[in-house]
Amino acid sequence: MQYTGAQIVANVLIEQGVDTVFGYPGGSALNLYDALYEYKDKIKHYLTAHEQGAAHAADGYARVTGKTGVVIATSGPGATNLVTGIATAYMDSVPMVAITCNVNTPLIGRDSFQEVYIAGITFSITKHNFVVRNVDELADTLRKAFEIAHTGRYGPVLVDIPKDITAAKAEFTPKKKITEKKPKIKGDSIEEIAKIINGSKKPVIYFGGGVRLSGAGKQMKELIDKADIPAAYTIMAAGVLDYGEKNSLGLIGMHGNYSANAAVNEADLVLAVGTRFSDRVALNTSKFASKAKIVHIDIDESEVGKNVRADYSVVGDVKQVLTKLIPLVKQRKNAAWQREIAKFKKNDYKPKDSKSRLTPHQIVSDICEMAGKNAIYATDVGQHQMWAAQYIKHTTAEKFLTSGGLGTMGYGYGASIGAYAASEGKRRVIHITGDGSFHMNMNEACTAVSYGMPIITVIFNNKVLGMVRQWQTVFYGKRYSQSEPERQTDYVKVAEGFGAKGYRCTTPDEFRKAFAEALTSDKPVWIECDIDREERVLPMIPAGGTLEDAIIG
Amino acid sequence: MGNENIGKKRYMVMLVENNAGVLARISSLFCQRGFNINSLNVAETDNPHVSRITVVTHGDDDTLGQIIKQTAKLVEAETVYSVEEDTAILRELLLMKLRCEDDAQLEMILAVANNRNAKVVDVSDKTAIVEFTGTEERVDALIRRFKEHGAKIVELCRTGATAIEKGKSN
Repeated sequence: MQYTGAQIVANVLIEQGVDTVFGYPGGSALNLYDALYEYKDKIKHYLTAHEQGAAHAADGYARVTGKTGVVIATSGPGATNLVTGIATAYMDSVPMVAITCNVNTPLIGRDSFQEVYIAGITFSITKHNFVVRNVDELADTLRKAFEIAHTGRYGPVLVDIPKDITAAKAEFTPKKKITEKKPKIKGDSIEEIAKIINGSKKPVIYFGGGVRLSGAGKQMKELIDKADIPAAYTIMAAGVLDYGEKNSLGLIGMHGNYSANAAVNEADLVLAVGTRFSDRVALNTSKFASKAKIVHIDIDESEVGKNVRADYSVVGDVKQVLTKLIPLVKQRKNAAWQREIAKFKKNDYKPKDSKSRLTPHQIVSDICEMAGKNAIYATDVGQHQMWAAQYIKHTTAEKFLTSGGLGTMGYGYGASIGAYAASEGKRRVIHITGDGSFHMNMNEACTAVSYGMPIITVIFNNKVLGMVRQWQTVFYGKRYSQSEPERQTDYVKVAEGFGAKGYRCTTPDEFRKAFAEALTSDKPVWIECDIDREERVLPMIPAGGTLEDAIIG
Repeated sequence: MGNENIGKKRYMVMLVENNAGVLARISSLFCQRGFNINSLNVAETDNPHVSRITVVTHGDDDTLGQIIKQTAKLVEAETVYSVEEDTAILRELLLMKLRCEDDAQLEMILAVANNRNAKVVDVSDKTAIVEFTGTEERVDALIRRFKEHGAKIVELCRTGATAIEKGKSN
């Protein structure tokens, strides 16, 4: 049967199991949106305030469901507004298909109204991208996009469709939903890796987002328990281990626990799983785990030896590799090593509680206690993000959505909307933000209001750009260049202006009361928390530094 | 990271889908990752859907390994591998336009060309064009030789090396 290109897009989405998309219409996208109108019973479209919000929403949706997130935008500014969202997804390996419409084919290359070469712009922030030049290729191109996005190391794929292609007609026959094929395991033998683990005296596991992406949380825990190996994680893997897990060392790296970094320093074996030795973890690549043999397990071969040399490596899906590895690893107890770890833990930073003023760790702790184990957390970027990563009492049921790689301020509200859409209202979504980040995309409040999403936004308001200012305090002699904006925003009024509800708190009691009320609200709530601007994220190891350079208090 | 072979010329062969934009994608990758390109040569193969690219770059073994692994991740890259000077045939084409305004200059040009197996493929009013195929080193040497003989280069173009491995039937 003959369909228009726009109808073909809708049909491929349905065929690939997509029932939720995020986006924003526009001139070049009119045909496509007309088809979305036609198929609105099968595809729920969420309209955001800004395309960036839509891209982050698709990203948040993907992180919660494990499915590929879909975002749609028009040509020109619609497409360029997606760029930050696509780059965010790329850096965190989030499966996403971004569909942009472009101007009519004959107008391409003529600097037409709302024309940009979005394929060129997104070369380096997508796994791949396509420009569809013929309606007959449209369906298969989209299918290929879904396949690429959700194969190997996941990531975003962009498909640019000129408007006339969305109007042109072609035959369309539905095909099966593409199933993911896991790549063959390559590299050193798993038997050999097991032997190295069994022979080690001071083993440490350091794992990242790859564990979560491959759904290997259970296997990770099993390996940790069986071989009694202390484990530290990156921000991308926060929530894989339950809070208080015996062998958990918590976060590693720049704002990681002293014990996590010390363990890696002293280890004779570091098993790096689904992670990429980023500059926020291996701050000084030449000194990282310098006493250890390094075994690297990751799905992306190009990560092996990219930043830190691996002595052994296995390239493959983390879950499959761990599943093969676990039976070969000896069950044991590492008593001597655990005693050393216990000593390291004594040096871990412990923030002080206060009854009178709001402290970041108490706010986070109260949120966790009141929101329950099933809540989804989304953050923006900066101090509040680190506090959230450090102090959320992570549970494996919870999802922690954060822009770890790109560090995108303004990620959180869009991601929360995506997360709420993904949970179909069944899970509590908490957006933790700072006053700096929140000003970037607070406009998405209108989206949350329109769709009746009771997302709770907790604003850590220290009235400064906290993380920038913290660096200026430590490294720039308190020369606070452009980090003290003195904004006079009245969050309660702005929230009300959007049709949301706002609270302002200055004490722990006020916060708990506001949060309890927020939990009963059927519309979005903002809770502004007064934070002292001198609050710092601790501990902190400066960029390029080692544990000896750590600022502990 | 290993320091062996720093600055050594490395040769990389890529077989890629012959699509619009594939070259832009590869250059974008090299640019973003800070990989150097000494030369890059691309043309369709006997299969019109496949282009063959030869990149001459330099760097140590780790850098080359990264370039290969990152390039191999591109969806349009079918095969990416490095070739070594001693196990491959490496050639580039030189076209060089020299000032040739009198018989003495023409004689010199013909003599040098003859001596090095280069061809003089055009002699116009005031210029002559020399064509030569050889390894990059031999191309360098020929250019040097002409300069030593006082030749004045008007224009010069070289294609960059292209490479094919010796032996191997598949």
